[in-house]
Amino acid sequence: MDKRFADLKAENRPALVTYLMGGDPDFDTSLSIMNALPEAGADVIELGMAFSDPMADGPAIQMAGQRALKSGMTLKRTLEMARSFREHDDDTPIVLMGYYNPIYVYGVDRFLDDALEAGIDGLIVVDLPPEMDDELCVPAIAKGINFIRLATPTTDDKRLPTVLRNTSGFVYYVSMTGITGSALPDPSLVSGAVQRIKGHTDLPICVGFGVKTAEHARLIGAAADGVVVGTAIVNQIAGSLTRDGHATPDTATSVTTLVRGLATGVRQARLVAAE
Amino acid sequence: MNQTPKLNSFRAGPDEDGRFGIFGGRFVAETLMPLILDLQDEWDRAKNDPAFRAELEHLGTHYIGRPSPLYFAERLTAELGGAKIYFKREELNHTGSHKINNCIGQILLAKRMGKTRIIAETGAGQHGVASATVAARFGFPCVVYMGATDVERQAPNVFRMKLLGAEVVPVTAGNGTLKDAMNEALRDWVTNVDSTYYLIGTAAGPHPYPELVRDFQSVIGQETREQILAAEGRLPDLVIAAVGGGSNAIGIFHPFLDDESVRIVGVEAGGKGLEGDEHCASITAGSPGVLHGNRTYLLQDGDGQIKEGHSISAGLDYPGIGPEHSWLNDIGRAEYVPIMDHEALEAFQMLTRIEGIIPALEPSHALAEVIKRAPKMDKDQIIVMNLSGRGDKDIFTVGKILGMGL
Repeated sequence: MDKRFADLKAENRPALVTYLMGGDPDFDTSLSIMNALPEAGADVIELGMAFSDPMADGPAIQMAGQRALKSGMTLKRTLEMARSFREHDDDTPIVLMGYYNPIYVYGVDRFLDDALEAGIDGLIVVDLPPEMDDELCVPAIAKGINFIRLATPTTDDKRLPTVLRNTSGFVYYVSMTGITGSALPDPSLVSGAVQRIKGHTDLPICVGFGVKTAEHARLIGAAADGVVVGTAIVNQIAGSLTRDGHATPDTATSVTTLVRGLATGVRQARLVAAE
Repeated sequence: MNQTPKLNSFRAGPDEDGRFGIFGGRFVAETLMPLILDLQDEWDRAKNDPAFRAELEHLGTHYIGRPSPLYFAERLTAELGGAKIYFKREELNHTGSHKINNCIGQILLAKRMGKTRIIAETGAGQHGVASATVAARFGFPCVVYMGATDVERQAPNVFRMKLLGAEVVPVTAGNGTLKDAMNEALRDWVTNVDSTYYLIGTAAGPHPYPELVRDFQSVIGQETREQILAAEGRLPDLVIAAVGGGSNAIGIFHPFLDDESVRIVGVEAGGKGLEGDEHCASITAGSPGVLHGNRTYLLQDGDGQIKEGHSISAGLDYPGIGPEHSWLNDIGRAEYVPIMDHEALEAFQMLTRIEGIIPALEPSHALAEVIKRAPKMDKDQIIVMNLSGRGDKDIFTVGKILGMGL
């Protein structure tokens, strides 16, 4: 992961971080989408771990999780998906993203061992703030898995050092309060927030929540080290499905088309910013 | 409230991280962390502020109608032929349940924190009504999230909330019950962090909610203790209450936790039986997990996905339980047992006929356990049950099951 961000820095462009819900709408389709992401321009992949009660997510990602669970997805299967991806791609960092309960029930030690073995580079666990670091963050870092922290507009300068204390890989700045899939925030506010966080850490700052188009990616990417796109990808999948939620021949291509566009956006971010 | 914890006490929890043993904690998104830390600071100041306590007590007396009576159920005692049965009459409170005790306390906190908007989740609608009531009393706009299934089966309470000026938002996700309403309330809160106070109705959620809800509800047990000593000159042998999230139960249990002679029993919703998925017996049939900000016993599958529970009573229809109950169970201080839908329904009818009190379906579960235990106990033994709510809201549900059109 550190190498990936160092390489991108040398290229002078932000990372395109793409999220997909593991197993949406089914294991095979989801894996084929994941396999196609790097070639379409994704630099980092966030792989969603489905959970029945995603309190911090909007309807789009909630529905994606429900589709995945309905198709029989489990945490074990999500790890299998990552392992299959690794058979073709040793370089693209994979970050698992989700909620703590499935990991807790799986067993933290067993989960970390299996995640390492599956080639996982980092974890984002939405409902584990720094106050709960002993649960998973500290053991994960000890085993060499990055624990990526969310910072939000409510994370003020007083709290930032707490949030950044046990973190690695990158910092995920959630550019607004609210749930995933909300509207795009004002890019100038985002830029100010990124600068504020950079005052506290040398880690790359990736910005998410609200990025839907190549233009958004370009605007946000001007200030950030990475742009996270989630809901737009999930919506693309949802829009391609049959009425009863099954994949169609368009499902994978609709995602890669979107990601290609976003990749163009991040590649223009610094060019425009430099003008 | 605010009693100095004793050494070797069951009443000293939670610790500073909000834990009761392994249970409790603060499992929330980073967006909410600063808010719950602010709430904790405000709560720490308020509970040591004589003016806050005086206002709480004044409203308790003049607005809620405290103290609620401790009533000796003479006819029911005679009918069952065993232990003396007392009811703590929380159903006589303003708004008809114990929920108002907590709502008054939390709205005073919201006011101190300068919040301008109240959100709440509700199952049976009792907490929604109590929230809408205090919001009206203090002039706050109020949004209540309620599962769509519950909106349907608790129509009278929905109308009451609307009359009180609250906006009731039906939640269709999942089974449309309390769990889904709580997810939606959390989404609202995470979106409107600056203006909004989340008035949680049960002794669950991230720290400090389980503690502060318990402390606001402990007035039930404190009064009960004084009242039973005055009436009988001794403590009860058994204290019993229904448990969904567990706020009425922890409220009556907590002041008795260090009284070794007092047996404590919580009654979970056994629904249609523990063999299938149609129950809400989190402790009896669940396992520890993390949901809605705390670690506690949950109904879940082997992959950590939360199950939808079932209960005849909307107020018990939640797949988790307050973390302090999980801890009390694991250390053996309290015992938790299931009661089936049909047993609760029979108890509901029995109390109505014998004592002229129509109980809510939630305490009807506790009553069904009383009906089982009282005949096996000696006549000089004493049971106190928390009669946490009145049954007016349930007459349509019961009427439908009994085949009586209303």
